[in-house]
Amino acid sequence: MATLREWIDRLLGTLRLRRGDADLEAELRAHAELAAEAEGRSSRIAVTQAMDTVRDRRGLPWLHALFADVVFGWRQLNAHRVVSLAAILSLGLAMGATTAAFRLVDAVLLRPLPVDHPERLVFGITSFVDAQGRTDYYDNFDYPTYRRYLGMVGDRADLLVVGSANAVEAVIGGTGEPERITRQFYSGNVFGVFGLQPALGRLIGPADDRTPGGHPVAVITHDFWRRRFGGDPAVLGTVIRIGQVPYQIIGVAPRGFVGTEPGRSADVFAPATMNVEALEMPGWGWYRLWIRPHPGVSVAAVEQLLQADFARRRDDDLTKMPPDTPRRRIDARLSEGLSLQPAATGASGLQKTFRRPLIVLASLVAAVLLIACVNVANLMNGQALARRREMALRVSIGAGRWRLIRLMLVESALLALMASLVGALFGWWAAPFVVSMLAGPQDPVRLAMDLDWRLVGFGVALTLVVTTLFGLLPALRASATAPNDVLKSSGRAVSHRRLTGGLIGAQTAFCVFVLFVTVLFVTTFARLASYPLGFRAEHLLTVDVEAKPSPDGPARWTRVEDEARALPGVTKVARASWPLLGGSRWRGDVRVPGQTPREPAHFLTVSPGYFATMEIPLLDGRDVRAGDVGAGVDDEKRPHDGVGVVNQSFARVYYGGRSPIGEHVQLLRGPNTVVTMEIIGVVGDSVYAYLRDPIVPAVYLPTDQRGGATLIVRTAGEPGTLVPAMRRLVSRMLPDARIRVVATQQELVDRQVLRERLLATLSIFVAAVALLLSAIGLYGVLHHTVVLQQRQIGIRMALGARAAHVVRQVTGGLLAAVVAGAAVGLGGGVLFGRAVESLLFRVGATDIGAIAPPLLVLAATAVAAALSPAIRAARIDPASTLRAE
Amino acid sequence: MANGEGQKADVLQGTLDLMVLQTLDTMGPQHGYAIAARLEQVSAGALQLNMGTLYPGLMRLEQRGLVKGSWGTTDTNRKARFYALTAAGRRELAKQRDAWDRMAGIMRTVLRGDA
Repeated sequence: MATLREWIDRLLGTLRLRRGDADLEAELRAHAELAAEAEGRSSRIAVTQAMDTVRDRRGLPWLHALFADVVFGWRQLNAHRVVSLAAILSLGLAMGATTAAFRLVDAVLLRPLPVDHPERLVFGITSFVDAQGRTDYYDNFDYPTYRRYLGMVGDRADLLVVGSANAVEAVIGGTGEPERITRQFYSGNVFGVFGLQPALGRLIGPADDRTPGGHPVAVITHDFWRRRFGGDPAVLGTVIRIGQVPYQIIGVAPRGFVGTEPGRSADVFAPATMNVEALEMPGWGWYRLWIRPHPGVSVAAVEQLLQADFARRRDDDLTKMPPDTPRRRIDARLSEGLSLQPAATGASGLQKTFRRPLIVLASLVAAVLLIACVNVANLMNGQALARRREMALRVSIGAGRWRLIRLMLVESALLALMASLVGALFGWWAAPFVVSMLAGPQDPVRLAMDLDWRLVGFGVALTLVVTTLFGLLPALRASATAPNDVLKSSGRAVSHRRLTGGLIGAQTAFCVFVLFVTVLFVTTFARLASYPLGFRAEHLLTVDVEAKPSPDGPARWTRVEDEARALPGVTKVARASWPLLGGSRWRGDVRVPGQTPREPAHFLTVSPGYFATMEIPLLDGRDVRAGDVGAGVDDEKRPHDGVGVVNQSFARVYYGGRSPIGEHVQLLRGPNTVVTMEIIGVVGDSVYAYLRDPIVPAVYLPTDQRGGATLIVRTAGEPGTLVPAMRRLVSRMLPDARIRVVATQQELVDRQVLRERLLATLSIFVAAVALLLSAIGLYGVLHHTVVLQQRQIGIRMALGARAAHVVRQVTGGLLAAVVAGAAVGLGGGVLFGRAVESLLFRVGATDIGAIAPPLLVLAATAVAAALSPAIRAARIDPASTLRAE
Repeated sequence: MANGEGQKADVLQGTLDLMVLQTLDTMGPQHGYAIAARLEQVSAGALQLNMGTLYPGLMRLEQRGLVKGSWGTTDTNRKARFYALTAAGRRELAKQRDAWDRMAGIMRTVLRGDA
């Protein structure tokens, strides 16, 4: 305790909050006078000497010196205000971008869930190799699997059903318009295993999850409670009607818990057994399987148990496959494997989609930060050079090396500190801006991005690293000043040029790297965005409706279409099983007589007028007509033959371009069920479920949809304006149905290129910053070089050197550095491009087209930056320069 | 630790605190000069504290809260800063005196050579 007290006292002493100098001196003088009185000695000198020791003792000398350095550094920065401001702004921009990138990476990938022992949670995934040979995984399971696993795992672990957070339409409080909320189904043990306590009421427990369909209860999130109900405690008992089920609110989840999917906050949790239709349906994956091994049981042990079961079932499947199953399908099944992944930071599609893009962005931003650091290092180095005399003087009056390093580092730290403030403001604004780009307006991404110790810690660490990065080198150089050389002569340091060249080379490398990667992403986006869809996406609205199958379904749908056609602004209406590019897909096997089986074809059921509405061109034969029967299976599972339309690829693959009209093909509809389809028409190729998927043969069957379907509405104007009218129409004409999703076709297209758009937009921004900083750096260095070499240039010109020679001499060394840096940067870019190939589309890391733009842009920048210093050098007047020295 | 001349004594590391505390305990609140004079007197001139040693020492004691300084007037009507023991100072003195006695005893035994 005594020592703590002493430190505080001395700290206050340093800040001059304890006894002042006058007080100290008065005491010492009193002593001297008393001594003189008693002993006849006078000791003025002793007073002065003692003052020093006492003063040191009063405060903390090193802290005091540090303060002095800070004050001095501040004066230095102030003296070169323009340079300092440029340094602070460029560094601030880069640090802001870094902070924003970290906030995103933290929120999406690093932040642990606010639950008990998140590190002990895992979730199951099934990995497989897709048709393009890439490893991918899906992470959803069907409920029968859950039941089976429960029996297998027994008391070794808790198995949790964690439903996907899905947007649903709900009517809250019995009246009013339907609202979009996000619902997650949880098994009864989830809240218990997570160790969560209710903020209000109670949470879903095992007793709420026993009888299928028997527990219409719901827990809402704290956030939803505040947002929708204003935090009203009377919310308990309120009914949220989703579809036909009236859920009663029984409690509010603790603050901060918004589900388990970073990027998508849940609003409402409901018991898993309330997802009645899904419970008995094998193959309907709708939840993630979370597992927490009980104490003493390892994750590996549980994993082995499940893997054994998985392998058994896979082998079982394989032996049951018919003998003519394509090799590719067998391989696909064989490539599947089950494993358990850490779930400490949650599990979401956003993580899966954006893990690599975010890491890529973070790398680009780090490169920009390095560019900025190099810039400031160059600046500081230039200043250090200008201050060589000052440094030499300091050394000659006895300043130690460490003292000089500290002096320079304090100055750097001041710069970094101010830059980090600029950066914090920028990062604060930028991160939510980027988040808003992660999703379309229909499907907002919500992320926990509050300020916490992680961010603060990152900020502090970043500032320290940056200070060291750009401050240490100049500081070391300055401290190595040999006073004799400097004070004696005006000799120019040769090593200065070497260091500057190195820094410029490094900067160029980072810049070219960023530019190159940007070109890859921009090209990817451009290729995807201009990718021929095969239909016209503008002015198209899709209304996805869920309805129970009924015998008069087709007739009712026809009436809905007729009514919709009558709405003002609607030009055409058709119907399909689902919208294109909505992610839904149906693949089935086709056998063409006389041909070997090939990859499965895509299927879609469509109403008459579908192709006209989508503006998919009819190339041959005729469109689907009312009364056409599609080849398929009826409700009693009886197969029946029928007709269908195929796409151009189908005609090309199976008929080699010959007209297939009137030909008959066989469709495999389930084991041992084969139906014959007559081809009545050929339409143009179009994309199907995903933009990036290769276009494969497709079959369009006339719809006999009795249940849900998607209405496709072609509008004269902006399709979004028709949304309310369409909603009213559907709820009036199909009262027992519910609208699942309303989206314009353009939104569906945009959603497919969301990631690419994000990468392209942000990398353009990052590249622009990188280019700007590099240009500033190059200009600054060249300018400085000219100023330093003014005398030499003057002599050469006096001796008859031509301006062109002079310019070459000034820029020569740096040019070499720029070229070398560009080569290194390109090499890095190519390697990086290879590593992120899965994010690219129809552009390779070694495309000439991708390599040329960054080099051209850089060359242009270098020329622009060099122009003014070069002109300046060429214009040096030998006579006046030499006279000036 | 006596120096070569054997006349003046360097202040043994750590003993200054103890001596100052003891002096203040014996004599009551004193100013710096009086403390130095007293120590010189009891050591028969062997201990001569200069200001550069005495005042940082006093300041250290004050920073640790063992003494408390305040301005006052001497008998000769001069202004001087007087130091007084605090309660913590008194406790510290007792503790250090015990430690010193024990150490001195050990040293005596060791130096007698019959240990």
